[in-house]
Amino acid sequence: MNFEHTDDRRMLADTLVRALRDGYPIETRNAGAYGEAGYDPAVWQQLTELGIVSALFDEAAGGFGGSGFDIMVVFEALGRALVVEPFLGALMAGRALAAGGGHDETLARIVSGETIAAFAHDDGATPLIATKSGDGWTLSGTKAVVSQAGAASVFVVTVEQDGDPLVLLVPADTAGVSVRSFNVVEGGAAGDVTFENVALSADARVGGEGQGQAIVDAAVGAGLLALSAEAVGAMEFVKEATLGYLRDRKQFGVPIGKFQALQHRMATVLLEIEQAHSAVINAASAFDGDDAKARERALAAAKYTIGRTGALVAEETIQLHGGIGMTWEYAVSHYAKRLVMIDHQLGDEDYHLQRYIALG
Amino acid sequence: MDLSFTPEEEAFREEVRAFFRDKLPARLSTLVREGKRLRKSDMEEWHAILNERGWLANHWPEQWGGPGWSVIQRFIFDNESALAHAPRVVPFGVNMLGPVLIKYGSEEQKKQWLPRILDGSDWWCQGYSEPGAGSDLAGLKTTAVRKGDVYVVNGQKTWTTLGQHADMIFCLVRTDPTAKKQEGISFLLIDMKSPGIEVRPITLIDGEQEVNEVFFTDVEVPVANLVGEENMGWTYAKYLLTYERTNIAGVGFSIASFERLKEVAQMQKKGGRALADDPLFAARMARVEIDLANMQTTNLRVLAAVAGGGAPGAESSMLKIKGTEIRQEITSLTRRAYGSYAAPYIPEALEAGWNGEDVGPEDAAMAAPSYFNNRKLSIFGGSNEIQKNIISKAILGL
Repeated sequence: MNFEHTDDRRMLADTLVRALRDGYPIETRNAGAYGEAGYDPAVWQQLTELGIVSALFDEAAGGFGGSGFDIMVVFEALGRALVVEPFLGALMAGRALAAGGGHDETLARIVSGETIAAFAHDDGATPLIATKSGDGWTLSGTKAVVSQAGAASVFVVTVEQDGDPLVLLVPADTAGVSVRSFNVVEGGAAGDVTFENVALSADARVGGEGQGQAIVDAAVGAGLLALSAEAVGAMEFVKEATLGYLRDRKQFGVPIGKFQALQHRMATVLLEIEQAHSAVINAASAFDGDDAKARERALAAAKYTIGRTGALVAEETIQLHGGIGMTWEYAVSHYAKRLVMIDHQLGDEDYHLQRYIALG
Repeated sequence: MDLSFTPEEEAFREEVRAFFRDKLPARLSTLVREGKRLRKSDMEEWHAILNERGWLANHWPEQWGGPGWSVIQRFIFDNESALAHAPRVVPFGVNMLGPVLIKYGSEEQKKQWLPRILDGSDWWCQGYSEPGAGSDLAGLKTTAVRKGDVYVVNGQKTWTTLGQHADMIFCLVRTDPTAKKQEGISFLLIDMKSPGIEVRPITLIDGEQEVNEVFFTDVEVPVANLVGEENMGWTYAKYLLTYERTNIAGVGFSIASFERLKEVAQMQKKGGRALADDPLFAARMARVEIDLANMQTTNLRVLAAVAGGGAPGAESSMLKIKGTEIRQEITSLTRRAYGSYAAPYIPEALEAGWNGEDVGPEDAAMAAPSYFNNRKLSIFGGSNEIQKNIISKAILGL
């Protein structure tokens, strides 16, 4: 048993944390996050040049990491700095391509950071339908609230089918593909991606017959781990910020951290963050294991835990800060929004609790 | 980062499992699994079996009869013990007094008392709480006045667990009434057969006589029974309270009782299907199961930090709070699971050795008493609110 990260992984985390601390203050972050693009291309370029995306993939996929614990340390660091740049899309789309095989050039460009990719999974009001047409397919329908869709030049798209889902690689400039982009509440951008009679040839397919579910599980599993780790990173930041505030802020002539009502709330927050951290460690550990059911269960448990705890930490952070925690200017308000809204991605607390039960 | 046990630790786990398989009497494990109340002789029987193997005082140094285990080995042993439904070690001599004597006792005291803890010659109980000194333990008022070769003790202790069986009691007493409250306390070892001691049982919420009041009227205690220095007792008391914390989360107990809950939820029906398949009950169970899986890793993270030279201090307060919340939730769900048959109150059915006919499902009679009994978990050993005070001060720096 060992709860220390390897030296390589610790160096990676330190490099990333330092780069973000020096180059990504909340003002920079917010300028990108609430700007039209919903991210900062210069920051993205700088971070990808550090090899941050490569760390999310193994050598076979052109990276230098790729384990559950690599994903964990990277996304914890990203969460701690509230990064909005399109790492999640790179991870999920790249993992899908790596699991399916083929499309090596696209995968290489995703891993190097040259190509921004998005994973288009949740259906919108008009679910995506693929109609067989010759050797290929015609796509119609909408994928909803795809993270950083506007920035992406390629989509990895899933289509629900009887039996096995179909996974397709679709360049954003394919005829009939359109994106309605918008900012999201906590900063960053997403988009509804509409497919209007989009004709795709057979080689758009990712993976072969019967591989679809395994590819989707690989991508979504990595995404669940990443979001859970990101949440823990954000929790660590607001924990420190809130503790600082409890020590500095005075009312009735004493620091408000001297009041037992607030101390006990903060102690509970600490406990639950530690539990969430353990949930992510469990998920990262199971992520690389051979037992598929144990992996899916641990991922569901982690996403459930961070959904529940994320909302608790966000609400307590705002309450313990009082009015200042409600202001746009103060960083913790943006973290609180992220901690709540992360429950709206890839299935919420209830969804994952049900999934955990069904897998039992 | 690697959550698996080393091959050596796995081998140790197998050794421990084999021991429970071979040496734990089925009669005892059945009583524990069913949640029955053990008799004094049951507990003594199990202590003797553990002691024969040298595993009774598993955190004592080898010099005094401990096995020399690491914190991880102790964690494994405690977990396997709970999973095997072994009786719990009665903590007062082994886990509480033993470490204090080893650290602060004189050579004579160690030689006199430690072997008697191991071989069961002395059953110890704890004289800490008083009617006016609960969470504010340092506010205790029982006095000890030195007269020649003896201290004369007057006052009252309460919540004395299993004191009705005890041969000896270790007591916090006030030896300097003029000093600041923490600075006038001493740590005395008192023979329960001394003239002037009276033990009165307190019947608890579940009908059990688990705790007692102990009254002291001019009880004479040899000066040789003072541990360490006069007026330094608070230091020893705090050491005792923070010492044996590897098992404070009770992960093993929770795993064992959750397994039992799963069986009950399969057996019990609701709306024509197993209770375990009822979505609302399944959700309650899944929430606590996830919390427990997280807790297990939190516990191991704390132990790994201790093994790596970190201090086992206030983190154990986190383990205590979360661990007891989980244990209480499981007993609550078990009570719910029996539905209306949790209601019948059959006091005899709670005792070891009863073989009358169950009312309703097997073991249903234990569910509600066990739930009510386990409300104690968040009160004793420093209430969970006191633990939050400790976290605020020691971890959060507030």
